[in-house]
Amino acid sequence: MSISRRKFLGWLGAAGLGTTVGPKTARAASNKNFSGYPQSNGVLFDSTRCIGCRKCEEGCNKVNELPEPDKSFSDLSVLETRRRTTAKAYTVVNRYDDTGSGKGPLYRKIQCNHCLEPACASVCFVTAFKKTATGAVTYDESVCVGCRYCMIACPFEIPAYEYDNAFSPKVMKCTLCFPRISKGQLPGCVEACPTEALTYGKREDLLRIGRERIRTFPDRYVDHIYGENEMGGTSWLYLSEVPFKEIGMREDLGETPAPKLTSGALSAVPMIVGLWPVLLGGIYAINKRKEKIEKQEKEQAVAAAVAAAEAEAKAKMKEAMEFQEKQKEKAIEKAVSKALEEAAKAAEEAASDTPSEDADTKSSEEDS
Amino acid sequence: MSDEVTTPVKSYLTPFNMVAGIIVIIGLFVTVLRFTQGLGSVTNLSDYNPWGIWIGFDLLVGVALAAGGFVTSSAVYIFGLKKYHSAVRPAILTGFLGYAMVVVALNYDVGRPWRLPYPFIMQQGTTSLLFEVAACVALYLTVLFLEFSPAALEWLGLKRLRNILIKLTLLLTIFGVVLSTLHQSSLGALFLIAPSKLHPLWYSPYIAVFFFVSAVIAGLSMVIFESTLSHRYFADKMDESHLKEKDDIALGFGKAASLVLAGYFIIKVIGISEGNHWHLLGTSYGIWFLVELVGFVALPCFAYAIGVREKNLKLIKWTAAWTVLGIVINRLNVGLIAFNWHLPSSERYFPHWMEIAISVFLVTLLLLIFRFIVTRMPIMYSHPDYPDEH
Repeated sequence: MSISRRKFLGWLGAAGLGTTVGPKTARAASNKNFSGYPQSNGVLFDSTRCIGCRKCEEGCNKVNELPEPDKSFSDLSVLETRRRTTAKAYTVVNRYDDTGSGKGPLYRKIQCNHCLEPACASVCFVTAFKKTATGAVTYDESVCVGCRYCMIACPFEIPAYEYDNAFSPKVMKCTLCFPRISKGQLPGCVEACPTEALTYGKREDLLRIGRERIRTFPDRYVDHIYGENEMGGTSWLYLSEVPFKEIGMREDLGETPAPKLTSGALSAVPMIVGLWPVLLGGIYAINKRKEKIEKQEKEQAVAAAVAAAEAEAKAKMKEAMEFQEKQKEKAIEKAVSKALEEAAKAAEEAASDTPSEDADTKSSEEDS
Repeated sequence: MSDEVTTPVKSYLTPFNMVAGIIVIIGLFVTVLRFTQGLGSVTNLSDYNPWGIWIGFDLLVGVALAAGGFVTSSAVYIFGLKKYHSAVRPAILTGFLGYAMVVVALNYDVGRPWRLPYPFIMQQGTTSLLFEVAACVALYLTVLFLEFSPAALEWLGLKRLRNILIKLTLLLTIFGVVLSTLHQSSLGALFLIAPSKLHPLWYSPYIAVFFFVSAVIAGLSMVIFESTLSHRYFADKMDESHLKEKDDIALGFGKAASLVLAGYFIIKVIGISEGNHWHLLGTSYGIWFLVELVGFVALPCFAYAIGVREKNLKLIKWTAAWTVLGIVINRLNVGLIAFNWHLPSSERYFPHWMEIAISVFLVTLLLLIFRFIVTRMPIMYSHPDYPDEH
């Protein structure tokens, strides 16, 4: 498998791992898959060969200069309890007596699995974790803020924290002995293993070896190499004679690389940044316009109402004037007719005395 | 929390002040321990449980309950609901203090707090949702500070600067909504990375949307809840428009909260459906999930609706408090209770009393600063020099 470095970095970026080494992208939908650094290293752990001697723990402790354990490494009573990695132990071995298959006791070594696309690296907001081309996932304590999101994210529950260190607490985890393997040495645990339960080498070779063992001894192994695809694949690989669940390994993790779990949410960010101002600004503008139109309509309505009222008032006034006029005319007519009547009466009366004189005087009085 | 507020100060020895004083003393004591002896000496955090209540409560709950700021300012300045104007300043103040408290709490929680700027100045882990949260919280705290500052500037009499800031209102509001959308949802999306640790009823590919929508509910309810408390203790600080608009705000925000709760209920059910997790409802975690969904989502949805319909302000106020409690439960469920559900009980986390002491201490400080500000600055009344605005 030969790939150019550029292409390779592009894949990393697509997988959401980009900030560790390459372009800073996180794509939700992409047909690119990262299947690990070519020629990178790993370790194959064959649980059928493990005898629970804790030599690997001791070797790890020594080469990493970790503090003395509470109980010496030759004391196997610690196997009575279920242990996990801690700030003082990068690796531990657990014993499983009551496996469902009735086989046992069986042993299983725990340490960082050095994922091909590590959850810890993808969630670290200062990129303290890096998946190196050697296969090792390294940690740079000089930038670590101590948010411990890596511990939340790690599906294998590996990173531990120095809670008792007040001034320079660090995340502690196996480095695949990065300083040693860079110099061509074996990781401490592999070197210490007396039973060849641990095999260090190129991951692709280890997969081949694992498949070969399963093929040769189909009764001795379940037909699965744990770590080949779990969480997108890990640099540590496991063989077991019982289902992995029975030696405390989760089989429900799925094959999705961790960065893919968050890439959808991350990809929404630029869309929100780009579109929200448009949406919100639009709503604001629509409201502003609505208010403006409302105001205009109100003004128009008021003006119309005023005009209508004025017109109505004028009409009323006119009507009233006309009415008055009519009234006046009526009164005049009435008065005239009354006067005429009286005149006629007077004329009748005068007809007996002096009729013409009296009637003339009366009518001239009315006119003035 | 009343005497020295309602009457001119004679004695500081009120019951509230005495209790607050004791909490502050204990808080300072634990603070010294935390920063001299390390996290291990004051917390029950472990390698299995790296996040405790300082994240589950202080960060997740704190940020959700501080959502009132962006909800109210967008309602008034963007959606044009001007009749709720008097709710803006108290909500912005609560939001600002809430976020400030969150940032202070983070200083307790992270291993090396003096390195908190590292994600911005050293190496940017842009593939981390925590980077997004950190960036948005930092920016939004700044936005809230700017949105709050006109009140302080009116108090200080710095007219020109205040007028410049007032002109930025719309811009700040839009920026605030963008940032809030991003980090409120990202707080939920933080957990997308851990499908193997968070119980499937709470883990959902939609968790980011759930967090955002429930933050809106929290914001609306907090405004009602906080205005109820403020009216009880700071009524003398409220001007006429505040007192007049108060009931309108409860009715309007209650109506909105009822609607959003209904939507939230629907998308939560869609969430169960999407993962086909119906069978899990019968388990003990399922029952607890139903308590949250029915008791703290469906129930307040109806209670708000009835309260608004019947103009029952008392019911609305109680519902607001109940809804706020529901949000607290939801965030604790995601962050602590349903997280690491697969572990045996011996490996599960329960907070150390000193962790609780720090959380209580920080909330108390928040209340004290809130009181200090509202008794001095024009938060619940309009400044006489600026009668038309605010």
